[in-house]
Amino acid sequence: MAQDCCGVAVAEVHGDDRKVVLVGNPNVGKSAVFHGLTGVYVEVSNFPGTTVDISSGRMGKSVIYDTPGVYGISAFNEEERVARDVLLQGDVVVNVVDACHLDRDLFLTVQLIDMGYPMVVALNMMDEARANGLAIDVRALSEELGVEVIPTVATRGQGIEELREAVGRARQGRRTPSIEPLLPSIPSPVDAVLVAEDDEDACRRHGVTPPGTREEVYRLRRERVNQIVARVVRETDEGASLATRLGRLTLHPVWGSLMLIAFLVAVYYILGVGIAQWVVGITEELWMGEYYIPWITELGSRVLAPESFLGQVLFGEFGLLTMTVSYIFGLLLPMVLGFYLMLSFMEDSGYLPRVAVLVDRWMNKVGLNGRAIIPTILGFGCVTMATMTTRLLGSQRERTIATFLLSLTIPCSAQMAVIATMLAPLGPAYFVAFGLILFLMYGLAGMLLNRLLPGESTPLLIDLPPMRLPHLGNVLRKTLLKTKMFITEAGPIFAAGSVLISVMAAWGILDGLQNALAPITVGWLGLPREAANAFIMGFVRRDFGAAGLYSLPLTSHQVMVALTTITLFVPCIASVMMILKERSTREGVLIWATDLVIAIFTGGIVHRILW
Amino acid sequence: MTLDETRPGQVFRIVSISDDLARLQAIRFGITEGARAVCESVLPGGPVVVRKGMQEMALGRALARRIQVEPVEG
Repeated sequence: MAQDCCGVAVAEVHGDDRKVVLVGNPNVGKSAVFHGLTGVYVEVSNFPGTTVDISSGRMGKSVIYDTPGVYGISAFNEEERVARDVLLQGDVVVNVVDACHLDRDLFLTVQLIDMGYPMVVALNMMDEARANGLAIDVRALSEELGVEVIPTVATRGQGIEELREAVGRARQGRRTPSIEPLLPSIPSPVDAVLVAEDDEDACRRHGVTPPGTREEVYRLRRERVNQIVARVVRETDEGASLATRLGRLTLHPVWGSLMLIAFLVAVYYILGVGIAQWVVGITEELWMGEYYIPWITELGSRVLAPESFLGQVLFGEFGLLTMTVSYIFGLLLPMVLGFYLMLSFMEDSGYLPRVAVLVDRWMNKVGLNGRAIIPTILGFGCVTMATMTTRLLGSQRERTIATFLLSLTIPCSAQMAVIATMLAPLGPAYFVAFGLILFLMYGLAGMLLNRLLPGESTPLLIDLPPMRLPHLGNVLRKTLLKTKMFITEAGPIFAAGSVLISVMAAWGILDGLQNALAPITVGWLGLPREAANAFIMGFVRRDFGAAGLYSLPLTSHQVMVALTTITLFVPCIASVMMILKERSTREGVLIWATDLVIAIFTGGIVHRILW
Repeated sequence: MTLDETRPGQVFRIVSISDDLARLQAIRFGITEGARAVCESVLPGGPVVVRKGMQEMALGRALARRIQVEPVEG
């Protein structure tokens, strides 16, 4: 196993290896098939768009590549571009289709056949199709498509052996005759189809302008799919199963909202109390704080003078081997694991897209659609992780809005722990007021951005997979893979951030900033002079900032002002670096500066209202 | 009428989808102009959930407003 740029397992490829690409719609059990064929850790299902990373593994002399779940090979979003680019490198295709949704899935199947790939179809979830009263004529389907069709139940390993053998016999299928006249005369059948479908990259490669025939090709292909489905699928009876009824209930205007609230309360207790307080209390405070940090500091002081520059960078307050390690493994790892576990469970159960539907109306007001609920939820775990997830949003406009709102208003779990501790003695009224201020800021900032930014956000158009009980192994595999991806991607960013802050401390830049900030702290916010320390620390980690306030003697009103300001304040240094990486430098700097101004301005307003 | 005006249980035929990108995406789901589908749920001020066969989809309110449908006797 070698590591590619994104830290995902990628098998080594030799010159004569056959490249098999696994393609399928989201939530069809594609990755369970992949796992069955290769036996490495992989992503198992995906909510339309949670990852664009590719896993691969070996099967005999072939290398198998997994691709993100897509409904077609076009360039409607990042996943489709990735799937297309992996496919362009492939020799053979294994197309996984959901037997319950042939109507939808065969569109991709026929597109792949039109592209001329030698392929095999894995007709997955045959058990569910039977349970739903669908009878599928596999022989007729194979005849229509011109390729082998292997019925499978991948989660139980059924049909995987047959599929493995069939891959060796993969052949080209029967192309859609009606689209032939629309295909340009390009030797590569893959590119011919891509060009006819106005694929910009393919057109550029062949130096032609998009012919504008995509919709016509789609329409003709859809007609063919409808004909095939009419011939091979027979509905024996149509009793709504428990899952179908539950799925309907989750979208009921009243019951759906109540279920969502109950769900969020449960999530709060599991993640906000169970993990953020109990588990992190053990991993960060006890293991890291009591055992690891004293041990490594003592060890380091034997080799290096603790006051030396290098000593500070490695073992100091923000040291690489002290703060960075404690932060990543003591705090972030359990939080990120917990959040991804919840997200994987929501994805695999089919509940996540339904949450997106429930909140769509409200997200529209801030220029986002329901899908943006995913980064928002993740933000309460770690804003850096959430910023990375904004990649799944449909347009640059939405990504800018989501990134800004995350950086401004969403307190991460570390910060919330400190906020909760400080607000608790003040009583519930302050809790409510604090929550309202953040909610208001989220709404106001979002609506304003929605007005100011040019263009239009994409509307919600989302597939609702059936509700099902998640397969525990799949959920765990996916959680581990995503956590590993996050730690490998964000780890270096956290490390770079702590080096930067150590250097600033060593050169006295931190002290200088402290003096410069003092007039604002005292004059505008009405806080004691020492509160400036907290804000300086806030540049590093917002929870450090909040924790810096903890030791100060503050009145209730001052606590409120200080917490509001530090929450809206610039996100932690790792988030800032992630924002710079995901957005442009100019946009990143602008977001950062705006956060700063809004935080101080709002803090002052709160101070004057409370006065 | 437009899709956002349908009520749960209403069977309809899609007449036109006046959003280019959404029209293309919908073809892939089998929700094409001329296709018959049924309204499953309408969230107040929010998305419309439609079903065609076993395929369920949710369409944002703004998109639903750009989709012309005609009622069909169930």
